[in-house]
Amino acid sequence: MEQGNVLSYFNLFKLVLSRDLKIALRHRDDVLNPLLFFIIIITLFPLGIGPEPQTLAKIAPGIIWVSALLATLLSLDRMFKSDYQDGALEQLLLSPYPSFIWVLAKVIAHWILTGIPLIITAPVLAGMLNLPTESFLATFWTLLLGTPVLSFIGAIGAALTVGLKKGGVLLSLIILPLYIPVLIFATSAIDAASYGLPYGGQLAIIGALLVGALTLTPFAITSALKVSTN
Amino acid sequence: MWKWLHPYANPETTYHLSDRVIPWFGWLSGSLLTIGLVWALLFAPADYQQGDSFRIFYLHVPAASLSMGIYLGMAIAALCGMVWQLKLSDAAVAALAPVGAVFTAIALFTGAAWGKPMWGTWWVWDARLTSELVLLFLYLGVIAINNAFEDKQMAGKAASIIALVGVINLPIIKYSVEWWNTLHQGATVSKLGKPAMSLEMFWPFVVCFLGFAFFVATVTCIRFKTEILLRNSSRPWVKNLMLEQAK
Amino acid sequence: MQFDSITAFLDMGGYGFFVWLSFGFGLIALLTLVLQSKSALKRAKSDIAKRIVTEQKQKLAAQQQNNHR
Repeated sequence: MEQGNVLSYFNLFKLVLSRDLKIALRHRDDVLNPLLFFIIIITLFPLGIGPEPQTLAKIAPGIIWVSALLATLLSLDRMFKSDYQDGALEQLLLSPYPSFIWVLAKVIAHWILTGIPLIITAPVLAGMLNLPTESFLATFWTLLLGTPVLSFIGAIGAALTVGLKKGGVLLSLIILPLYIPVLIFATSAIDAASYGLPYGGQLAIIGALLVGALTLTPFAITSALKVSTN
Repeated sequence: MWKWLHPYANPETTYHLSDRVIPWFGWLSGSLLTIGLVWALLFAPADYQQGDSFRIFYLHVPAASLSMGIYLGMAIAALCGMVWQLKLSDAAVAALAPVGAVFTAIALFTGAAWGKPMWGTWWVWDARLTSELVLLFLYLGVIAINNAFEDKQMAGKAASIIALVGVINLPIIKYSVEWWNTLHQGATVSKLGKPAMSLEMFWPFVVCFLGFAFFVATVTCIRFKTEILLRNSSRPWVKNLMLEQAK
Repeated sequence: MQFDSITAFLDMGGYGFFVWLSFGFGLIALLTLVLQSKSALKRAKSDIAKRIVTEQKQKLAAQQQNNHR
């Protein structure tokens, strides 16, 4: 076989990643809408609960994280959809390259497009919710380590429902329970930080969840994609 | 053992096997449940602290432990389906999920009805209650994905994946919920201390538990038969069977 | 026997409502599960039987058409 036709794993990873990013940047709405959704949900909470700074500060970690979960969920739907519809997904599955690599690239592309905007906007929103400044760094770290976990776990659901017409609600039904551990450890890390307590332990657990998700979920995602493309 | 198990990978053999065992399981379950529940409700002594509300225990605890056992069984079936590509395993997953969901719902409901007189509230965000609620969500997810696909084979595979992902996550969820609970709960709920159960209370429990376990076996076999038939509806053996039964 | 009378049995030492609520819910849930499982099996069987009958009819019709030609 000619050397020129064979991609190294790293090149394959780069190729899929840059392709996904390019496609997404040409449809900017897909990137902006989940972010807008995140901001609007966070705005709704003070309107529903009342503007007392103390109450808001107490529930701010929960609000930020639940909104992040929902915003991620909203964006999951399009992770494999267009590739499924135009047949690119099937070609990728048929390609001789290990699916682990390109699945990883696709999920990381999704995280760059949804997770990073959330991380960037979160401090502004945290300030609006009167979160004490001590917890800002904790919010950043939990989002940095936690949102990729959301992308990885969510990708399983996205892969399973990609062939279904009304997959959206189903996706949230099967994925949201699996997000519980991330939610618990992330919010408690932010809580601990607001009291000036160390939160390294919680971060370590979220990091462990990330490593576990990184290594295990691509296999589940691949077999889910195989079921969907049949 | 593999040689002995091999014929049961054949849907026809397994269909007839479950057909044969259903009456046995059904009778065992019916008689054990009758004995056990009469014993539990009429003859078992009341708890010295909780009085007669303790009798909910005989329904609540078997339902709760079976709800977890069924999930484990479902996940094992899903794993077998993944590893050996057994189509019957997917059918078993599809058959077990609704049964498990019903038992989880019973455990939750009876827990609430027991908690009201004992703790003074229907629901507390206790670690065990919360994990049981999450377990119900996981079951409902498996059922929902199983119903979402038109094609039964695809549905079974998809449900297997979700069952497996769920079983890996279940310990993590349980651990995190317990940890969350100890962190957030201000006044700890006076949990039901485990007094050394007297034998008079223990034996009716064993009988009830076995009765419910055989009940699960019976219903699962019935649902398993349905799933096998739906998956093999164009096979000759199903056609012959249907023609025989129509006579 | 722990109870002196039927009323005492139904009262369950004051906890009657909760005990019978639990057992009532359990009974209804389990009965529904059994009945639903049985009816699903019956429905699957009758669906398959119906399909076999239509297939046979189609086959017969096709044969008759061939004979007429």
